[in-house]
Amino acid sequence: MTEASSGVRERPLSPHLQVWRWHVTMLGSILHRACLMGLYAGALMLVAWALALASGQQVYGQFIAVMGSLPGKLVLLGLTFALFFTVASNVRHLMWDTGRGFTPKVADTIVIAGIVFAIVATAGVWIIAGQTGALS
Amino acid sequence: MSLAKPGFRTPLSRARGLGAAKHGVGHFIADRVSGLALIPLSIWAAYAGLKLAAGGYMAAVEWLAHPVNAVLLSLFIIAGLLHLRLAMQVVIEDYIQGFVAKSTLLILNYLVCALGAALGVFAILKVALLGAF
Repeated sequence: MTEASSGVRERPLSPHLQVWRWHVTMLGSILHRACLMGLYAGALMLVAWALALASGQQVYGQFIAVMGSLPGKLVLLGLTFALFFTVASNVRHLMWDTGRGFTPKVADTIVIAGIVFAIVATAGVWIIAGQTGALS
Repeated sequence: MSLAKPGFRTPLSRARGLGAAKHGVGHFIADRVSGLALIPLSIWAAYAGLKLAAGGYMAAVEWLAHPVNAVLLSLFIIAGLLHLRLAMQVVIEDYIQGFVAKSTLLILNYLVCALGAALGVFAILKVALLGAF
């Protein structure tokens, strides 16, 4: 951030979210951030899982009962998607860091590819979970 | 953000006009490097989650007693919380304007992530080294 030596200067304001037409990279950016905020809670839940395991069979059983309930499963489903979409976003940003993939067509395509990857991977994980009896 | 008030900046700092320049690079690199590490770790974590969800308490203890699993899960928690602390920091800086509220949340964010990592790694080591009881 630069500041003129004279001190006060009018700063340009960025356009508010509402005046933008929704486009794919904007969706990707917002979704990435939303996923990270969800994963923040998810990481703390993972720590709680480790603590429950270290606290013995009874506490672990209670923790698993909460996570295995319908609301718990829905949260885990959301976290699975958030995890995979964040992986895709990290790959995308590493690619963008090299200076490649900034034309609108390519940028849109890799965001959509990330969303598709996250949906497919999430579905795959939960289908396997169903087959191994993890959901019962 | 009020530039009308000179705030705490020294005249020399204002004359240089660099603002907070150079401090963002460390954040950026830590974000990208942890993000890179989390690509394989996250995929491993999904695989591990599937395995753990299918078994019970004893299976989980046995799983965590394996050194590879204990180390990778520790790395996943540490890299994850580092990455998420950086992400949350930017969100706080973007959306919280008051100095006191912003500072409080930034400090809280740091402490929650540090505490989470310490608790997580301790719990992993306890199970990995001492087993079930």
